[in-house]
Amino acid sequence: MIAFLRRRPGLLPLLLLAPAIAWLVAFYVYPAIQMLQASLWSGTLETGFAFSWANAATYPEALGRYSDQFLRSILYAAVSTVVCLALAFPLAYTIAYRAGRFRTLLLFIVIAPFFTSFLLRVLAWKTVLGDDGFLLGPLKSIGLLPEEFRILATPIAVIFGISYNFFPFMVLPIYVSLEKIDRRLVEAAKDLYAGPARAFQRITLPLALPGVFAGSLLVFIPAMGDFVNAELLGSVQTRLIGNVIQSRFLVNNDYPTAAALSFMLMAGILAAVFIYARVLGTDELETGIG
Amino acid sequence: MLRWLGRNALRAYTGLALVYLLLPIFIVALFSFNDPVGKTNYTWVGFTLDHWANLFAIPGLLDSVIVSIRIAFISTLIATTLGTLAALALVRYQFRGRPGTSLFIFLPLATPEIILGASLLTLFVAIGRPPFFPLNEFTILIAHITFNISYVIVTVRARLAGFDRRLEEASADLGADGWQTFWRVTFPLILPGIAAAGLLAFSLSIDDFVITNFTAGRTTTFPMFVWGSARVGVPPQVNAIGTIFFVAAVSAVAIGSFLQRRRA
Repeated sequence: MIAFLRRRPGLLPLLLLAPAIAWLVAFYVYPAIQMLQASLWSGTLETGFAFSWANAATYPEALGRYSDQFLRSILYAAVSTVVCLALAFPLAYTIAYRAGRFRTLLLFIVIAPFFTSFLLRVLAWKTVLGDDGFLLGPLKSIGLLPEEFRILATPIAVIFGISYNFFPFMVLPIYVSLEKIDRRLVEAAKDLYAGPARAFQRITLPLALPGVFAGSLLVFIPAMGDFVNAELLGSVQTRLIGNVIQSRFLVNNDYPTAAALSFMLMAGILAAVFIYARVLGTDELETGIG
Repeated sequence: MLRWLGRNALRAYTGLALVYLLLPIFIVALFSFNDPVGKTNYTWVGFTLDHWANLFAIPGLLDSVIVSIRIAFISTLIATTLGTLAALALVRYQFRGRPGTSLFIFLPLATPEIILGASLLTLFVAIGRPPFFPLNEFTILIAHITFNISYVIVTVRARLAGFDRRLEEASADLGADGWQTFWRVTFPLILPGIAAAGLLAFSLSIDDFVITNFTAGRTTTFPMFVWGSARVGVPPQVNAIGTIFFVAAVSAVAIGSFLQRRRA
């Protein structure tokens, strides 16, 4: 075997790759094809499902029926991405340039939430944002807020939860891009009589854009599929497309509709990733998250 | 003056951001010491150590933790092995189709978890009818290995990028064959990267809810237990387990970075 490989060195990388690629083909690509097929099924779990191209009508039907949830997902994901960006940039900037010997500690705190259970974190916000919780309770008792004011079960709570959960995915890529910037460029700009604001605008910001793009995708994509925040922090009025997919699949066993919705969601997201990869190159994407 | 303001505003903001990041972790730990009235554990009533003393008094909780640890352990082992081999191929060799392969490996990371879970559920439903393919620990394991492979490849690859290949050449110059060079030089050097990837895979698996929700059937992992009890009220013991997981993960990272610093 080893002697054979020595004669054909080109085979070694393929051999090393084969198990992982085979696994992903079997359990990532094939299920996706299977899901496309399921979206063209008709029937129920009890009677069994039958495949027919005529069932393509499921797509426009599902889209029409759940357009509200689709649009709400896009809206919440977009707002969460913008919120994350606004909150993350100053933090990433501080860690990259102002943290000194605390840099590692700060980076560690950024990823610390991932060491606690995701669901428990969401539930912790339910405690904090509760109608008489730590935050609103005191404000209500001193009369700053009306008694009926609430955050939980509103879109704000859901967007807040989504933003919190994916916040580190925005901070890290921006930090990586900022950290790579050659600071002498900023000094050069200042030598050329640019003020700090102008140097930031013309040097730092453009060079940080790959991180901003990577971070935005890493927040927007999972946010589009969220159903946990919407379920635990929201109400019936904040149901997202993820909630619909989850309940169609797991509660109603309505596989064709659920598969069609999943497929439309996935197709839209993959299109976005491909366009993004085209524009920036895959290496940029990977260094962004690495 | 303006600069002083700018600098201190940034500092104050950073402080607030850190509180924002850490507050939920603190709340989770704090409410493991709460003595709630009734089933819901959302308002602070009083301090008690009872729930820590009776950590597994809640039926099903211990079982769910054991199931989670078992799945995390096996999925980490398999995903880290497959992922490390693939990462070696991607970093060390130039071959046709490498950029495409990189993009392909990245795709599962760019797919929302709900879609990964839903498509695996569809697969299990489709190949098993009738009767349907049983959803159990085995199907969860398949799902976890799937998402972990990509994470491992990306992590190990990032760590391998700075690898000095002259060390291997030196080893070959000193008469070592390829196999000896790999085990004596390459492997010890990439081991920290593999360990980091393994740690990431383990923590992703033990905390996964979304994909598990689709592939679990009646099997209850720890996150599934939390989700199930969230409707009726999460017992403080669950917070205690969450706190233990947090402390364990932080310790693992701290020990890891300590060992690496000592080596360097």
